[in-house]
Amino acid sequence: MTYGTEKLREEKVFKDPVHRYVHVRDRVIWDLIGTKEFQRLRRIKQLGTTYLTFHGAEHSRFNHSLGVYEIVRRIVDDVFKGRSDWNEEDRLLTLCAALLHDLGHGPFSHSFEKVFQLDHEQFTQKIILGNTEVNAILSKVHPSFPTSVAEVIAKTSEKKLVVSLISSQIDADRMDYLLRDAYFTGVSYGHFDMERILRVMRPHGDQAVIKKSGMHAVEDYIMSRYQMYWQVYFHPVSRSAEVILTKILHRAKELYEQFYQFKHEPRHFYSLFKNQVSLEDYLNLDEGIVSYYFQVWQDEDDTILSDLAKRFMNRHLFKYVEFDPAKEYKKYIELTQLFKKAGIDPDYYLVLDSSSDLPYDFYRPGEEGERLPIHLLMANGEIRELSRESEIVEAISGKRRTDHKLYFPADVLYDESSKKNIKRQIRQILELRK
Amino acid sequence: MLLEHAKLLYALQSSGEIIGRKKFQKMIYIAKKLSFPYQEKFQFHFYGPYSEELTLQLEELVNMGFVEEVKEKKNGYYQYRYTLTESGHEFVQMFKQKVYKPHLDECLNSMNDQSARFLELVSTILYFEELTKEEVYEKIAQVKGSQNYSKDEIEEAFKYIAALKEFLD
Repeated sequence: MTYGTEKLREEKVFKDPVHRYVHVRDRVIWDLIGTKEFQRLRRIKQLGTTYLTFHGAEHSRFNHSLGVYEIVRRIVDDVFKGRSDWNEEDRLLTLCAALLHDLGHGPFSHSFEKVFQLDHEQFTQKIILGNTEVNAILSKVHPSFPTSVAEVIAKTSEKKLVVSLISSQIDADRMDYLLRDAYFTGVSYGHFDMERILRVMRPHGDQAVIKKSGMHAVEDYIMSRYQMYWQVYFHPVSRSAEVILTKILHRAKELYEQFYQFKHEPRHFYSLFKNQVSLEDYLNLDEGIVSYYFQVWQDEDDTILSDLAKRFMNRHLFKYVEFDPAKEYKKYIELTQLFKKAGIDPDYYLVLDSSSDLPYDFYRPGEEGERLPIHLLMANGEIRELSRESEIVEAISGKRRTDHKLYFPADVLYDESSKKNIKRQIRQILELRK
Repeated sequence: MLLEHAKLLYALQSSGEIIGRKKFQKMIYIAKKLSFPYQEKFQFHFYGPYSEELTLQLEELVNMGFVEEVKEKKNGYYQYRYTLTESGHEFVQMFKQKVYKPHLDECLNSMNDQSARFLELVSTILYFEELTKEEVYEKIAQVKGSQNYSKDEIEEAFKYIAALKEFLD
């Protein structure tokens, strides 16, 4: 028996609120879960700032990664096993890629990536291919195995069916996060019959397709995705927290560049500020560290940094109005001038947030082959794109919906102890009523 | 406000008209790889580097009325033509100083003259630029098998990249 085929003497199970149990029998998977790089995911929340809106949303990337692994395990061990288009030799590769697909996520990934020009996918590659515990375990399977796993996650593998299980329009990643996020946020939408979808999923050439008989379960999944997008992921209060978080990072970076003397040296941020982040620096960063700095930055002398840190830590967020950039961009310019006159820095306190800033999407079939759509396997063996068969999916995916909101600190605008008239003018433009 | 959107509008203004979403995607990706300051994140998809963020930004620009999108049927599939509207021109004018970069116009125009298929190949090569030339050939055969790129086409793409880089130097 080789390391790659070694089984644990007894199956290990993790209790899981979404899938009930996560089953581990493979030695490699068990060892990967025990690595420090994978354990780090316990200290990174799956939904970033969403816990400030939905207080239950404290679940971690660790929970989600185990969940994706479990879905893929069920697919390869129960659904695909023995089917003609499935290569049994890809089993361990698929399981490892599922488990490790989010390994490079950092704390509040999206904001950090925007401000410091990082890419969590590149860090996933570096962790798998670099001098890490994860790499040591994967290399024990075969010296080329880390590269194979990294290629599946980067979607550059020739094994497109394996890639599609982890990254496509109906993949294990999305199925787990929708169910998990719905569970932990406590919302009633977001649920769908995953068991049914798995039962009707079939390997078909380069992709996993869904038997036509399972179309209604897929419709439910598409609806869940759509509702979660607008109701949870793009929730304006979570977005407000993310806006403030991003501005804190911008401010800290700007202060560093201006040689500001921090009361509490942001040692963990230096490599980020200098744009020289090593793998070691990156792995040392988690939400505990970030929270620590936000806590101490509340006492900084710089009023913008301390104010933003207080707002984030104490959930004293920005308010928002709906904003149509096409019709109102001149209004925005006017507001920028008025904010300056009122002594409120618009770079930090007047922020436009757009739906394109969000790292989530809802289902739209591929056009010009830009993305691979969900395909149904018809009774006659023909393959049809989902929205051509389902009126419900066509109705959702045919509509384009985008959204923009303008965020600002309403409390400051209502504080009439200074610049009263200018603030009144701003409130009028924003059409604010107390 | 909307600086990244303004950069896309500028690309469209500079190009006059861009035919095809794939072409738009690849042009921006190549420009980014040539160190022009586009911030969109790209991942490797079935058809080469692709940015969901860019797709959404383009949709937003169409919804805002800054970009006109014309859908037309061609050889059994739909194709999209993009041009800037009058309000799009007006909007980008406000950002001109921020979004203008020397030589960007020439690079975009040169790319716009190429086919989407060729730009897909160029962007794929740039995506794997850390690999050796031999490994890139191997990778293209693996991930772009269905496109059947010939050796000549791949060589041509390498030359094209070198010419763009030389021009920028």
